[in-house]
This record gives sequence, C-alpha cells and structure tokens, in this order.
Amino acid sequence: MNKNLDVLINDNEDIEVILLIEAIWHKYGYDFKGYSKAHIKRRIKRRMVLSGCNSILDMAKRVLDEREFFESLLSDFSINVTEMFRDPEFYKVFRREVVPILRTYPFLKIWHAGCATGEEVYSMAILLKEENLYDRSQIYATDFNTHVLEKAKEGIYSIEHIREYTQNYQRAGGAASFADYYIANYQSVIFDSSLKKKIIFADHNLVTDGVFGEMQVILCRNVLIYFERDLQGRVIKLFDNSLCSGGFICLGTKETIKYTDSSDKFEEFSDTQRIYRKKFIASKD
Amino acid sequence: MVYEAIVIGTSMGGMTALRELLKDIPQSFPAPILVVQHLSPLSDGYIVKYLDSRCNLQVKEVDEKEIASAGFVYIAPPNYHLLVGNGGSLLLSAEEKVNFARPSIDVLFETAADVYKDRLIGIVLTGANSDGSNGARYIKKKGGVLIVQNPHSAESSAMPHAAINNTYVDYILDINKIGIKLIELVGDDSWRRK
Repeated sequence: MNKNLDVLINDNEDIEVILLIEAIWHKYGYDFKGYSKAHIKRRIKRRMVLSGCNSILDMAKRVLDEREFFESLLSDFSINVTEMFRDPEFYKVFRREVVPILRTYPFLKIWHAGCATGEEVYSMAILLKEENLYDRSQIYATDFNTHVLEKAKEGIYSIEHIREYTQNYQRAGGAASFADYYIANYQSVIFDSSLKKKIIFADHNLVTDGVFGEMQVILCRNVLIYFERDLQGRVIKLFDNSLCSGGFICLGTKETIKYTDSSDKFEEFSDTQRIYRKKFIASKD
Repeated sequence: MVYEAIVIGTSMGGMTALRELLKDIPQSFPAPILVVQHLSPLSDGYIVKYLDSRCNLQVKEVDEKEIASAGFVYIAPPNYHLLVGNGGSLLLSAEEKVNFARPSIDVLFETAADVYKDRLIGIVLTGANSDGSNGARYIKKKGGVLIVQNPHSAESSAMPHAAINNTYVDYILDINKIGIKLIELVGDDSWRRK
C-alpha cells in the first residue's frame, strides 16, 4: 500500500470541480485554484442546470471545446452583484473619517479592485465630488471580467433599482439630490459623464497580475470572501505593496485582514467598518 | 446515525419560533446549529443578541470561513448567503438573491447537504414564502432528516406548507416539540458512539 491519504477526496463531484478548474487554467490561463471550492461548485452547478450538461465532467469537455461556453462560466465565477452605495453606513463612515485625511494629499490615487459593473465606483466618484476631492483624484477601476468592465465604462443602469439607490445615497450621507447625477431615459439611467472623467477602467486579475501604482486608497469589497485563506493573504500582500504609508484598505462588511501575514502592517481604522490603515514605519536606513 | 449539523430556515415569525426551539437545547448539544432567518439587508444584528440572551448555546453571527462547532448557533448575516464548505467551513456570498432572499434558506440547505449528506438534520419553521422547499427536498435526496414546524400552529404557514408539499418530511411538529426531538435524535449518546 502506498496511498497518500491526504490527497483522497471522497466526493466525486468535488474531484470533477478540481478537474474543471485545471482545464480552465491550462486552456485559458485563468486561475481559480485559490477560489473557495464550495462557492465555485455552486456556480458550476448553476451553469450545469442552465446548459443542460449532465455532469461537471461534461462541462469540462465543453469548456475545452467551446470558448463561448468558457466565457459564460467565467462570468459566473466573477460575482457581479452590486449596487450604488451598497452598505450606506460604509460610505457614511468613509466620508466622515477617511475624507478629512485624504484632504491632506495634493493628489489622490484610488484603486477599486473587483469593480464589477461599476455602481460602487460611481458612488465613490459622487462622494469625492461632493467633498471637492474629485478633481485631484485618479480612480482605477479594475476587474478580470472584461464584459462587466464594458458595462462599467458605459455607466448605464436599469431604472428599476433607482429608488433603492436613492435611499442608499441618502443613508450614506449624500449632500445633494441623487437625481442630479443621472439622466433617466426610458428604462435606463445614464450617469453624468463628468463622473467618468477621472476613472480609468482596466482589466486586472488579482490572482495573477501585480502592482501598478502607489495608491492612497484601495477598495475591494466582497471579493475576498470568494477566496481561500492563502489567496486572501496573497491579495492583501499585493494591496500592501500597492499602498503608501498611511493609505487605506476598505473591505466588505464581513471581510477581514486578521488572518493574513500582513495584518500587523495595518491598524483597524474604524470600529464599525472594515477600514484598515497602513502603519507608518520609520525608515530603517 | 451520528448527526453532525442542524440547519434551520425561517422567515416571518422566525424570531419567536427560534427562541422557543432553542430554549430547550442544552449547552452540551453535540452538533452546531446553522440558521438562516430572512432579515432586512439593513438589520443591525439584534436577532443575535435577542437569541443569545435567551438560550443556553452561544449565538453568534457567522464570520467568514470559521468552522462550525458544537455549542454554537450561527446566524447568517444580513445581505449574505451562508454556505457550508468542506470540513464545516462557513462561507459567505453576496451573489444574487435566491427566492428573492439573501440569505436564502435553499442555499444553506443545499450546500450543507452536499457536505453532511445523511448526517444532517434540516428544520423548516414559520415563514410567508416558499424559500427552503427545494433545499428541504435536497436534504432528503442526500439522506438527511427533515423536520417541519406544524403549519397549523405556525405563525405563518406558507413556508412549512411549501416544504411539506415538495418532499417527504420525517417529522411535522409543534414548535415546542422540535427541541426535544432534536435532543432525541442527536442526544449525548450518539456523540459518545462516534
């Protein structure tokens, strides 16, 4: 007997998930190995039902043979559910506690990692505008899913959620009338193009791409929850390397840097929100 | 059978029902209890404090990737789905609503059944919609046990009815009988036999 018991998995479906992820990695170069298996499995099974495939192995075969099928699965893996001023309390605290510090910088670089269809990017743009910081800001909004980036660039959203967004905006401490920021057109709203002036939308994959600038603020909300701890740690390290001393990381309400190797480089900045500030470290030379 | 986890889903009227159910469970209860109670996305976590001060087990909101352990009742946070991963790792997701709900009972039930299979007990309590009925069927498909609150005595009967109409139910019980049934099924003895 020469079995390595550590590698045994007793659920065949779990093994099929691993094979599918490997197929994607080798064929298309997208790496989902660090994603949480239960999340990925759920997304895969959802696509399986929609596509009429009988098993995850069948899907792996189709992923290899059909680029379009792969693309649809890719969209499933990047969770694109978002809203304007999602978690209004976060924006309120950001406005009250982070903005005064941001005022001390002559120029601001803000990275919104995993921006999906862009609703939260425009929310931040509005907030910065109202605080008179927008003109000295550069926002980088990135996602690995190029489809959603195109949507984000357009800044056109369905009108059906606008009431909810307006409430969020008001709860977030909005200082003006939310309707001033968009034009309603039949079933859509188009956000004011001046909000886009300082936003660069770009394709960036947190798993495989690196640092591209020194930021004052990084927003990455409800992305890390889909990653295993190892990958969470790698991404927080990437953020650490992308932040100036005293810079901020803003995570989702249920995310934390507590279990990563970089945690001692940050202090908890807010009692109620997951906002972390990179410590100032005296130069060693 | 050694039951390794209990999953509970409820909506309207759930707070009172959960209190009634949990008050009978001793601190030594050998399986973790995972709960989806439909909540407003802006809810402030009152339910956790409310239940924690009224039952023997420790009640807490789920932190992502913590491992489900005996002695705890885990409540899904508002606006996140609760999923169970391998090894009882508790996962959160902000993906789209299921049955107009986030957290959704189906999501918890289905992922828990995948992990715990026939070592899972699912409970559907009072609620005014049908979330949970597909998850209940999936629990049965995987060999788990299903308990549903008696719709005639539930504050809101739609959710128990939906589960009963969708699958085979092992026990249909009034709320004050469910805790005792759980102890009977899971009790300390099964723990020692493990």
